Amino acid sequence: MSETEQHNVQQSVQQGAQENLSAHHTRQHSTQQHGAQSSPSVRFTNATVTRGHRVIWTDGNFSIPRGTVTAIVGTNGAGKTTLLDVELDLLHLSNGSVEVLGLPAGKANEKIGYVPQNYASDIDSNITAEQSVRLGLDGTRFGIHRMSDQQRDKITQALQLAGIENHRKLRLSEMSGGMRQRVAIAQALVSDPELLLLDEPLANLDIAGQRDLVDVLAHLAEDLGMTIQIVAHDLNVLLPILTGAIYLLDGHPHYAPIGQMMDSELLTHLYGTKVEVLKTVQGDMFVRPDPHVEPENRPIHTHTPAEAARFHSDNKPADDNARQMEVR
Amino acid sequence: MNASLLSTLQTPFMVNAFIAGFLISITAGIIGYFVIARKTAFAAHALAHIGLPGATGAALLGLPVSLGLGVFALAGALTIGAMGKKASKREVATGSILAFAMGLGLFFARMSSAANAQMQSILFGSILTVSPSQLLVIAAVDVVLLVVLPIIYRPLLFSTVDENVAQAKGIPIQAMNMIFMAMMAAVITISVQAVGTLLIFALVVTPAAAAQVFARSPLTSMLWASLICLVSLWGGLFIAAAVPVPPSFAIVTISTVIWAVSQSLVRSLRKEL
Repeated sequence: MSETEQHNVQQSVQQGAQENLSAHHTRQHSTQQHGAQSSPSVRFTNATVTRGHRVIWTDGNFSIPRGTVTAIVGTNGAGKTTLLDVELDLLHLSNGSVEVLGLPAGKANEKIGYVPQNYASDIDSNITAEQSVRLGLDGTRFGIHRMSDQQRDKITQALQLAGIENHRKLRLSEMSGGMRQRVAIAQALVSDPELLLLDEPLANLDIAGQRDLVDVLAHLAEDLGMTIQIVAHDLNVLLPILTGAIYLLDGHPHYAPIGQMMDSELLTHLYGTKVEVLKTVQGDMFVRPDPHVEPENRPIHTHTPAEAARFHSDNKPADDNARQMEVR
Repeated sequence: MNASLLSTLQTPFMVNAFIAGFLISITAGIIGYFVIARKTAFAAHALAHIGLPGATGAALLGLPVSLGLGVFALAGALTIGAMGKKASKREVATGSILAFAMGLGLFFARMSSAANAQMQSILFGSILTVSPSQLLVIAAVDVVLLVVLPIIYRPLLFSTVDENVAQAKGIPIQAMNMIFMAMMAAVITISVQAVGTLLIFALVVTPAAAAQVFARSPLTSMLWASLICLVSLWGGLFIAAAVPVPPSFAIVTISTVIWAVSQSLVRSLRKEL
């Protein structure tokens, strides 16, 4: 990507952030009111989880209000997906307890919409988008049932909400990763969940797709009051809608409102690399690696614009593909 | 159609074979859809082979071959099922057990001349020798599948398409897996009578794979798969009556040709897009 393109991308991200900022503050206010009136969306008490003999994390003690948008962050293998598994009761705690929507984990799963990380990634079925979303409505029901008009309307609404309504008759096997993800989100939304759990939803999306998804999530949270938890690596695109974050640090899950989370020292400790938090005059925040505070002996692999242009040429020499330049 | 061919087609063993072909095509098409969607094609292939020592062992003991084959296939299916859906994709482990089962089948066959005599029909099928009592067994499997499947259809489909979400929604995915594997073992047991353990893939998997091209929903896919099975079985029987070729060869040839045409159709459609 050229410097101009990088600038444009950054500008578009900033614009998106600004557009969402005022709504973000409004939601935070309504969230505080709503949260005070009802039980938390999730409550972890002395929670410890193990897989086999390996301890994933221990001493989870936090609760998250309803109507919030929470990122789940941490390094690879820290136990982010495990945390969702615990909330869904797909994995039992070895100690402590977890309440979800006021009930023990697993008892409120019909009120939870779940979009896993590898949603139908290697599907070999000819099932269409519409049929897949329908499973979110009646996929758990035994016996033969005719689809009612009401169910048909709900499926249409969910497809519209996820922005995939025009492709409802397309097979999942014919769809791109981004489109399949929208179908997975529509399937999660079709049963009117109170809590939406998304595992790495940004991973398969380009920048435009990421912004579209954030817009959808903003609408769900602001207009429908849905509580959302998102496992994510890149916080920047989510920052405009986040109200807090669960961060898995040093083997423990913690929760913090977004203001406390956006701390250079905390993020640096969390990711094991120097991270800088920037704040614009408009109040937007960005997170980026800070090259000025990197240890001197840490090489950063990148390309000069001239090299990058050569890599994208059709006539590039094969050896050039592997060439990298170290910039200190 | 000449008189000799017509009289051949009307013989009792030929009529039984056509009825067996019809009954087998219904279940093979239905289960074939799920075999493809659940990516258990290799497990399906392996189950037929795992049934081989059961079949030759039964012949050795003077028991019905289908009974031995069914018991071994069911035991293999439930073992694979108990290890979870992912286990059915463990190709190295499944392939190793498959090879051992084939060897064991050969060992049992060599222990008696009766078992040895049946070896070829077990390996390559003998649809022309299906008896009325075997027809009843095949029909019984059809009835059980057609009763059970509508009951579990949606949860089975959900757990097939997205196991994680289905599990989160409370579907007993392990039970679904076991039921599916048991149904697959039953269908394979009856299908082996038509094409044998070595050619089972062409009857259970190949038509279902071809059907995916023509159909746009799971149910229509099953109908298409059953139809392709029926065309293969009846077409194969007709050819075997008309010219001196083994029915199994004719059946798998038709099935494979339909699959090849479907794949070239897919490629040309993709080029147009």
